Amino acid sequence: MGEVSFYINDLYTSAPVGTTLLEAVRSMDIEIPTLCHHPDLKSEGQCRLCLVEIGDWPQTRLVNSCTYPVEKGLKVQTHSENVLQARRLVLELLLARAPKAEIIQKLAAEHGISQSRFTSEDPEELCILCGLCVRTCRDIVGVSAIGMINRTPAKMVSTPFKEPSEVCIGCGSCAFVCPTGVITYTEKNGIRSIWGRDFELVACETCGSYIAPRASLEYWAKQTGDPVERYYICRNCR
Amino acid sequence: MPFIESVDHLTEYRRRVRAARDPQQLQVLVCGGPGCLPLGSEELAAAFAAEMEARGIAGKVLLKTTGCHGLCSHGVRVLIRPQEISYQKVTVEDVPEIVETTLLSGGVVERLVYHHPESQAPCPHKMDIPFYQTQNPLVLRKLDVIDPESLDDYLALGGYRTLRKILFQMTPEQVIEAVEKSGLRGRGGGGFPTGRKWRLCREAQAQPKFVICNGDEGDPGAFMDRAVMEGDPHAVIEGMIVGGYAIGAMRGYIYVRHEYPLAVKRLQKAIDQAREFGLLGTNILRSNFSFDIQISQGAGAFVCGEETALIASIEGKIGEPNPRPPYPVQAGLFGLPTVINNVETWANVPEIINMGPEWFAAMGTDKSKGTKIFSLVGAVNNTGLVEVPMGTSLRQIIFGMGGGIAHNREFKAVQTGGPSGGCIPPQYLDLPVDYDSLQQVGSIMGSGGMIVMDNHDCMVDVARYFISFLMEESCGKCTPCREGLKQLITILNEITTGKGEAHHVDLMEDICQTMATASLCGLGQSAANPVRSTLKYFREEYERHIRDKKCPAKVCRQLLIYTIDPNECTSCLACVRECPVGAISGPKKEPQVIDQDICVKCGLCVDACQFDAVKVE
Ligand SMILES: Cc1cc2nc3c(=O)[nH]c(=O)nc-3n(C[C@H](O)[C@H](O)[C@H](O)COP(=O)(O)O)c2cc1C
Ligand code: SF4
Ligand code: FES
Repeated sequence: MGEVSFYINDLYTSAPVGTTLLEAVRSMDIEIPTLCHHPDLKSEGQCRLCLVEIGDWPQTRLVNSCTYPVEKGLKVQTHSENVLQARRLVLELLLARAPKAEIIQKLAAEHGISQSRFTSEDPEELCILCGLCVRTCRDIVGVSAIGMINRTPAKMVSTPFKEPSEVCIGCGSCAFVCPTGVITYTEKNGIRSIWGRDFELVACETCGSYIAPRASLEYWAKQTGDPVERYYICRNCR
Repeated sequence: MPFIESVDHLTEYRRRVRAARDPQQLQVLVCGGPGCLPLGSEELAAAFAAEMEARGIAGKVLLKTTGCHGLCSHGVRVLIRPQEISYQKVTVEDVPEIVETTLLSGGVVERLVYHHPESQAPCPHKMDIPFYQTQNPLVLRKLDVIDPESLDDYLALGGYRTLRKILFQMTPEQVIEAVEKSGLRGRGGGGFPTGRKWRLCREAQAQPKFVICNGDEGDPGAFMDRAVMEGDPHAVIEGMIVGGYAIGAMRGYIYVRHEYPLAVKRLQKAIDQAREFGLLGTNILRSNFSFDIQISQGAGAFVCGEETALIASIEGKIGEPNPRPPYPVQAGLFGLPTVINNVETWANVPEIINMGPEWFAAMGTDKSKGTKIFSLVGAVNNTGLVEVPMGTSLRQIIFGMGGGIAHNREFKAVQTGGPSGGCIPPQYLDLPVDYDSLQQVGSIMGSGGMIVMDNHDCMVDVARYFISFLMEESCGKCTPCREGLKQLITILNEITTGKGEAHHVDLMEDICQTMATASLCGLGQSAANPVRSTLKYFREEYERHIRDKKCPAKVCRQLLIYTIDPNECTSCLACVRECPVGAISGPKKEPQVIDQDICVKCGLCVDACQFDAVKVE
């Protein structure tokens, strides 16, 4: 594949065809905040923090850089007044939605916002609907145990019909990837509880420390075709 | 039905259909469009059939139920041809008189015809009625004459004539050139040049390619696409065949919302007929072009009309928009190059090919060619569908075709383009309506919704209403639209209930700005229009709500004060009995008083009082 040349903040640069603007910008050590982007997942453009301004003045517009591919001759501004204004307002809206989410507080503070001017409906809310958990469960784990239900204003992440999901393997990847820590699980007496289900944890045959839920180990064994016993020894003891 | 073997066979068949028809044939055309159908079109048609049978003329008069006749506020409409006598508000009881007077004796039943609003003169013929006189229907022209379930009707009026031209005389490139030259722009909202879209798709490398007809029509109150799909389904199919040939697609999809079962039925019937005839399928008319169409039904969410969401929905995924690029012409349905056009856009295509791009481009304005269908509703005397050349003024549409504001009220604003359109104030009544002029005044063409408002409408409440609709319909995927709409509705609710604060206006302007520039899809990008336009043109009204806690149009109940005029109160106590919170009291046989601290402003006392003693401020 060929290379494409374009401008970032008036600097002429190039990147392979198919690179996103976000990747191109970050490779130049210019920081753009993101919340719904993860390098291992396909971006879907939910959070709108990664906005950049493209085009020739005055025919410019804002686009989300996490999905926009580099184009020949494209002029990109990463910190123009329009970008910063929109980014600040998006952060202010997110801060009103999830006032206690640390990552939002930190990003907002970095953009000069200490308090949102908008109303918080639920001061305890932490979910910002970035969809990282849903995409991880679907595209990396491959089970789609959780998804988005409802539209605005009641949109939320949930198992189907809010019932415990049959396909969930209790792996906890959703909790791991969540940027605000809203997805949690508990572990007690060899049981992991997540999304309304209890999963038996398997202890390492050698050292006795818990490895992962049995359902997860069985799922991975099936995926790889390896005998499941291989998974009953933890990584450190293998 | 015969299988049509070749293009000459098609011409020959058409000739036979035409020859069997008598232009002087007496016809009764009952409107079965979206407006008239619920008023009893079917019963009316049955009554005509029975009465004509009883009077022995059933064999001589052709009875049809057709698509929308346009002037829906005066339905059920009946058109008698060949005289073109147009009857309105026809009921089953009127049938014997129409049969006697018009069908048997050639006269006119005057009480059933439109009367000119100024001169009061009767307008017995369709073309006497001002509503129809100034229109220029291209897409709607066949709706009141053909039986939508009859392929012969469509063929008799020249239907599928384009096939000879495109399949045997034009290259795909020439078809695209013609559409480009015509200046046709998408009728579904964005106004993107149709020919350019087709070219981009034709140039895309991947195979196979698809064409899609967007029949989602989620704007509440709009029904132009429904009327076309139900009333002239073959025109949509013919347009799609032309598009498929031009871009090199073999498959087309028509996406129709669940709530339009009749459109689905008619389209399916038309597809089946076209297949049976050999107008869809492999090697159409022995050319080397093969093309077929299937219907896909949607759950009817407003956002599913957005092209990327619609494509996701056809693929069986959640109907949520996705960022563009990639555009559908590059990677659309199943990741393959796809042209998606609106129903009305497709229905315009056959005539552009038949009559030539110059003919089409001669109508309209510099950058918007042809005609546009509007669904005219709200505070006008005549509501329904109108089709006018681009560039027709709002005044002509609202006061000419619409017959002015109902109840002799004052025109206040017109909202164009569906729920996310802007409200245009009286100073722009002479604005020539096209894509660009509407944008310049802060509104959009959208798919052609037009809601007229009068001085009894409160513009803050109007904004609140549309924002609340949009909030419910927003998919909630991206932050600015989801959170912005939630904040806007919170603020608008406060303003309309007397809790507005001075800084609310600035807050709303900030939200609107970011929603417009930073949202993922067109819904969020346009959702601020109702607020922005009303803030711009009716700011005084916002200030009255916020500063004085008053609603000048007397719509926002929480801002009204209900009092009883002691001089008019007869002490009948009707209001006292009606008041749900016991706010009204007073000594017996003396004027009653409303306790403002208890009153919940429900307005029930106003309705209860027979003496107009309850005053609203
Ligand atoms: C929220 C939203 C709703 C839409 N609804 C419709 C619709 O109901 N019908 C339609 O044809 N286009 C609709 N559109 C426009 C489509 O995305 C698309 O631009 C159009 O179908 C393209 O066809 P055209 O070029 O012929 O207009 C909608 C767009 C948005 C953003
Ligand atoms: S703009 Fe609104 S409707 Fe469109 S993707 Fe964002 S949330 Fe969904
Ligand atoms: S990172 Fe691009 S929209 Fe969230």
